Amino acid sequence: MNRIISNFDLLKAEGRKGFIPFVSAGDPNLETSRQIVLTLVENGADIIELGVPFSDPMADGPTIQASSQRALKNGVTLKDVLAMAAGLRTETDVPLVLFSYLNPLFRYGIERLADDAADAGVDGILVTDAVDEEAAEIADVLRKNGLDLISLIAPTTTEDRLKKIAERSSGFIYAVSRAGVTGAQNETSTTAEALVERVREYTDLPVAVGFGISTREQIEAVWCYADAAVVGSAIVVEIEKCVNAEIDPVKCVRELVGWLLPQRQKPER
Amino acid sequence: MNTYEPNERGYWGEYGGRFVPETLVAPLDELTNAYFGYRDDAEFRRDFDLLLKDFVGRPSPLYFAERLTEKLGGARIYLKREDLNHTGAHKINNCVGQILLARRMGKTRIIAETGAGQHGVATATVCARFGLDCVVYMGTEDMRRQELNVFRMRLLGAEVRGVDSGSRTLKDAINEALRDWVTNVNSTYYLLGSALGPHPYPLMVRDFQSVIGCETRGQILEKEGRLPDLLVACVGGGSNSIGLFHEFLNDGPVRMIGVEAGGHGSELGDHAARFMADAAAVGVLQGTKSYLLQDEAGQISLTHSVSAGLDYASVGPEHAFLHDKGRVEYVSASDEEALAAFRMLSETEGIIPALESSHAIAHVANTAG
Repeated sequence: MNRIISNFDLLKAEGRKGFIPFVSAGDPNLETSRQIVLTLVENGADIIELGVPFSDPMADGPTIQASSQRALKNGVTLKDVLAMAAGLRTETDVPLVLFSYLNPLFRYGIERLADDAADAGVDGILVTDAVDEEAAEIADVLRKNGLDLISLIAPTTTEDRLKKIAERSSGFIYAVSRAGVTGAQNETSTTAEALVERVREYTDLPVAVGFGISTREQIEAVWCYADAAVVGSAIVVEIEKCVNAEIDPVKCVRELVGWLLPQRQKPER
Repeated sequence: MNTYEPNERGYWGEYGGRFVPETLVAPLDELTNAYFGYRDDAEFRRDFDLLLKDFVGRPSPLYFAERLTEKLGGARIYLKREDLNHTGAHKINNCVGQILLARRMGKTRIIAETGAGQHGVATATVCARFGLDCVVYMGTEDMRRQELNVFRMRLLGAEVRGVDSGSRTLKDAINEALRDWVTNVNSTYYLLGSALGPHPYPLMVRDFQSVIGCETRGQILEKEGRLPDLLVACVGGGSNSIGLFHEFLNDGPVRMIGVEAGGHGSELGDHAARFMADAAAVGVLQGTKSYLLQDEAGQISLTHSVSAGLDYASVGPEHAFLHDKGRVEYVSASDEEALAAFRMLSETEGIIPALESSHAIAHVANTAG
């Protein structure tokens, strides 16, 4: 059974909500990223989003842009990210979702990617800049290999589109909390809740909310109406800070998650 | 007869399309509907034509370059004087069209990217003309090499925001403008300056710029009694060249050559010649699928050109289509050749060209004899 679905089923059965951290693969380096992912899993991550670095991340704010640049300086490619996923798969069953812009995937070849990602134990792929027919084509190729294309919805998404996107989605739906780029914000907009309610009209798939979620209070708020909270820039910025201060980033992330995650039954993995 | 129109999803063959984050889909739909609603609207066309005439100063002359023709000793050479437009470049044509659209859409805040600064100046100009807020994103490297245009934009009341990421040039300015748009979608109109980006921009920009070719066709028929043998234009994003070429695409015998920036070498990173044989590869950048300078891993290459306006890793999707069809040929001119042509035209005709256009002059100088 698909690891994403079975994890959300498990969460539901246990009456819990999900925590989906984002890690830029290869920042500060591939080995440290791997250890950070494992720490996140030990400390309650239900799904891991692995960022594939890209030179021109137009949907990202300064934090993830800089992180992507550091990974690229280390020469990290999609091939390396897939190898990292394969390595992680030998140590954990946590669902792995690649978070990428289209061009690195397109250059690699979508069919080749679907094969190699499935072999590496990746469960889903989110392509920031593919929508409509272009996304549907990718989804078809991925589905043949048992992979989900994770769809994004945004506060600007019209009712017609929500319906269409919901119909062709699998895995889970990623609701963008606000119009804007990725990055920590102090307040979660109320638009996110309205958006989640709107999409639930058309789907029974789990809905995760991301963009700008960086505090325990925000996670708690998201957990009231959505199935999972995605935390990206808050983790990325913590890694950056600790690397700069020459503190072990793995330890920092462990502590950060301790602060961030509201009390809940920790899963046994 | 070919129409050279994209399909309804904005594709010319396999090039074009709409590759954007979900947040931008609704505003692009809104823009597409608005554009197609006004494209053939008589009042919109009348407003556009009137502004082109009285504000921009069109038609721009088609000038017979007598001494250059003599010096090169071959083809009779004409220059389409887009430099004589208000603000000194062709960019204003598209800005006039888009600002009329933005006003009809009820947008109050205009953002734009700029490379050489010409599009930024033209955008700041139309914003001042209509009293709209204007923010222009510009790479800090471009701000350095085009300082005068930064001054002009500020004088026109625009806020110029320097972009320090990546190569600090046009590509990075577009990223930042897109990030602004995604954040301020409701109030903001993104006035994109080249025949690039997601549908409907490549089509819309080409339509507004095709006034260049329309005028040229009438002017050359009047002066020579025949169509030209060859059209030559520089190609960065490709708005000036597509604006010139488009009206002639169905004129079979008219050859067309687009001149890219050859920079100072053929290695990736040394030039901005997207169609150069060794580098040519298709990819997706900033909303459109086209030829794209990139490495093996699909990361976008840095580019180099002496001219900021040609210094871009991708090229308008219609050009990619025309390239594959063989309707337009693409060549490159190096920094050095462009600089030599810049001096030659200045001394021969008393016309100081832009460094961008100098690439086209360089090709003419190499082949006209």
